[in-house]
Amino acid sequence: MYGGAPDVDAAFAALAHPVRREILTRLARGEATVNELVEPFDLTQPAISHHLRVLEDAGLIARRVDGTRRPCRLSPDGVTTVNRWLEMLRTAYEANYRRLDALLATGSAAPASDPPEPTEDR
Amino acid sequence: MSELTLTTEGDRHIVVTRRFAAPPEAVYRAHVEPELIQQWMLGPEGWTMPVCICDPRPGGRIRYEWSRGDGGGFHLTGEWIELEPFRRLVHVERMHLPDPTPDNRIETTFEPDGAGTLLTARMEVPDAETRAAMLGSGMQQGMEASYVRLEAMTASG
Repeated sequence: MYGGAPDVDAAFAALAHPVRREILTRLARGEATVNELVEPFDLTQPAISHHLRVLEDAGLIARRVDGTRRPCRLSPDGVTTVNRWLEMLRTAYEANYRRLDALLATGSAAPASDPPEPTEDR
Repeated sequence: MSELTLTTEGDRHIVVTRRFAAPPEAVYRAHVEPELIQQWMLGPEGWTMPVCICDPRPGGRIRYEWSRGDGGGFHLTGEWIELEPFRRLVHVERMHLPDPTPDNRIETTFEPDGAGTLLTARMEVPDAETRAAMLGSGMQQGMEASYVRLEAMTASG
């Protein structure tokens, strides 16, 4: 059901670099060419091109041909796939921990009068 | 009591943090005592845990079975590796969807935070196949359709 989705590992690796996260934030405001990205980032064009290639390979951005320009934009599929999985995880944890708050408030897990013997660890 | 944070650490790990009003001993016990686990470790709304086996000692067995009440369900097995009462737990787990996913090692720490507890859980990012199986398992049943916004990830590191 998520055919063609990028590998989540590649997406996380791509997102691990601050410049690439900045580029995604910039592209969230709209399309940009390599030249338009060079200026705000104070990096060389080859450096920006490298980061764009990593983002493209991870499925996070897409490029289109417009004459001699190749503007980049966010790829909705890539961002959505990673986020969908993370959101599932987050939702499950949030639901769990809200229930745990309620359980702890009942005192069911309050310290016992006879604490259990410490378990041998390691 | 406080907002959960879920951030990526490098490209291989996810770190979840959450504060609780109760002291570390209580939060720790809720992670290792079956009759407590069954009351909260249920994931999205609508699920129950009819079977909970948890033997909290090194090498001890873990088996959690979840049911959605309409015949849907899956289970998880694992083993405890390290237990430092009431400070730290390390275990491995795998989900059966129904094929077992690769083992995931999870470290959970319980630090005093005023009168409460700061819980930190650090786990591995599953591979793409596992992630797809999780998304397809019905675990997201009942979840809101909202997605994490890009900003949530870009602000994480």
